[in-house]
Amino acid sequence: MLEILFIGLSLGSILLLVALGLAITYGAMGVINMAHGEMVMIGAYVTVLSGIWLGANIFVAIPLAFVVTALIGLLIERVVVRRLYGRLLDTLLATWGIAILIQQAVRLEFGLSFLGIHIQGLGPGLQNVSVPAVLQGTLFVGSVEINRYRTFIILVTAVLTAATWFIMHRTAIGMQVRAIIRNPKMAAACGIDVARVNALTFAFGSGLAGIAGVMMSGFKTVFPDMGTSMVVDGFMVVVMGGVGSLLGSVFSAGILGEINGVVAAGTNDILARAVVFGIVILIIILKPKGLFALKGR
Amino acid sequence: MSVDRRKFLKGGLLATSGALASPYFFSAPAQAAATINVGVLFSLTGGLSIVEKSLHDATMMAISEINAAGGVKGMKITAIAEDGASDPKTYNEKASKLVIQDRVPTVFGSYTSASRKAVLPVFEKRNNLYFYPTYYEGFECSRNVVYTGAVPNQQLSNFIPWIIKTLGKKKFFIVGSNYIYPREMAKVSKILIEKNGGEWIADEYLELGHSEWGSMVNKIKNSGCDVVLSNVVGDSVVAFYREYKNQGLTHDKLPICATVTSEIEIAAMGPEYAVGSFTSFPYFQAIDTDRNKAFVERYRAFVKDPKAVTHHALESSYFQVFLWKQAVEKAAEITPTAIRDAVRGQEFDAPNGHVKIDANNLHTYLTPRIAQWQADGQGKIIDAYKEPTIPLPYVAYGETESNLFCTGKGLDTSKLKI
Repeated sequence: MLEILFIGLSLGSILLLVALGLAITYGAMGVINMAHGEMVMIGAYVTVLSGIWLGANIFVAIPLAFVVTALIGLLIERVVVRRLYGRLLDTLLATWGIAILIQQAVRLEFGLSFLGIHIQGLGPGLQNVSVPAVLQGTLFVGSVEINRYRTFIILVTAVLTAATWFIMHRTAIGMQVRAIIRNPKMAAACGIDVARVNALTFAFGSGLAGIAGVMMSGFKTVFPDMGTSMVVDGFMVVVMGGVGSLLGSVFSAGILGEINGVVAAGTNDILARAVVFGIVILIIILKPKGLFALKGR
Repeated sequence: MSVDRRKFLKGGLLATSGALASPYFFSAPAQAAATINVGVLFSLTGGLSIVEKSLHDATMMAISEINAAGGVKGMKITAIAEDGASDPKTYNEKASKLVIQDRVPTVFGSYTSASRKAVLPVFEKRNNLYFYPTYYEGFECSRNVVYTGAVPNQQLSNFIPWIIKTLGKKKFFIVGSNYIYPREMAKVSKILIEKNGGEWIADEYLELGHSEWGSMVNKIKNSGCDVVLSNVVGDSVVAFYREYKNQGLTHDKLPICATVTSEIEIAAMGPEYAVGSFTSFPYFQAIDTDRNKAFVERYRAFVKDPKAVTHHALESSYFQVFLWKQAVEKAAEITPTAIRDAVRGQEFDAPNGHVKIDANNLHTYLTPRIAQWQADGQGKIIDAYKEPTIPLPYVAYGETESNLFCTGKGLDTSKLKI
């Protein structure tokens, strides 16, 4: 039973890892960022390429991926998203377009393959990220055997969540972000540089997705389409938890992960996924604003 | 290899299209320097492009090699390449385009059963010819398809008895991706397991493309099985093997015996996760013959990747073009039916060894082999049939060498009891 709960916890932490960035870009900024999955994918490719070019391992790739995806996020915000604030459906279409562009760019090696230039590691092939031996296999805690890599994911997710909470609730910029979530116009009237804070927030959310990509690359395959399915899971968590609530995302990721793990252990994964979706639908019907909706405006 | 085959091919394509586009500038004999068009239909985009691009490349390499050696009956082969985009519907449209608009007498293509089933009506209705290079689940007997990959009996009838008798493993946990190929493979496996005195204690499936293996591997761990038979497909394979090791399972105690895991997946997961596990295929990159080594070198030069790996479906994609060439040379005219009739019984020395198209069911005689994966990502061949074995696409339903269900006349449905 302990094993099953551990698997559930790890499933939840993976969900939260992807949802954390979304909780910020979608939850806080009201941008349905369909390119979020592509940020995860870019993070994974940063791991692959830093391995090939720099000989760097997965630990070094974490800050690297954060910086790269945050910069790309910043670029997307500056070029496209900033023109679309307050137009929810337009952000969906625009970022979906960006997602397709990014996917194809990676598949075609940024178009360089037309010129006969080959970047090893990019392109349509499956990629291998070598995981340090310390993260392979199992670890004994007393008599309980636990999976090292999954433990690593849980730890990283916990650290990132704590850091995000700290930034949002204990720093000046976090306060500005929260003010913008509540009422952008009033925040602007109080002298907050909304455009700048939005850009930084979007970059931070993208950077978190990049770190999620690094973690995914250690146990999934790295390929251009890998982010597409993850973004769905991410939205599921954010919507169920309540848009704009970090705590809500943490809880809903945990609940969905455990349900998935327990149902999968009793029956199978296909059914478990159906149950998870069923529960999300039920909660959205009963509590349209999610489990931990922000009150007031 | 000093000749750049891809450029050579491009030159050929340009010359042909130029001749077609500007007939007034060329004299009649120049046009008559005939070419023969064939369709090449693989996914160059989408999720399946990972594998299918390599099949496309192998096909193009075979075509350029044949052209470099003088072509077919003095004619150069021109490949009309289309992109199936990992989508069965697109496959159907592109196949129709190749058959109806381009009027090619043959199309080489596709990797998944879903895409093959999608193009099948086009070829049967128009009585055209399709060469399919991938190992598949059998249970098909089209007179318009030449199948050059393995069918279940060529992957399992050696594998299961070997697992039980040589490895001494008796309790099977069968796991696969949830679609037709793994389910049919499981069906054949169960028959063979019971016949050889083993037992199967579970038969579980995960969605195609699923990469969360935590619960399933935990189930395997607690099931009391002593061997895992994996029919898992695609990128799920990578996540599966990684999770397997990360939950503390080892291939020396509880080996994974797979029917799909090839060099390409091993390279993607990192060999350390697969060391000691087994796969059954007629072809492995590690086959130690000069012909195969030269083939691997030529392929690497062709795709300009010194680390590129070769695998079973890739090798079939390559040699089937040569079988087709021999059939065209033998056929009286270049029509799909004449080529189909001429391909019956054709033999060729492929990189994996001698292959032959069965005169009855248009499947291919291949040599079953079992390999154990090594730390360098290559399979060490530890068991092999002495000679190619007959393809039996209906083996799960009782087909045997002396009682064929699929013959030159088509499927004898009276023998098929489901």
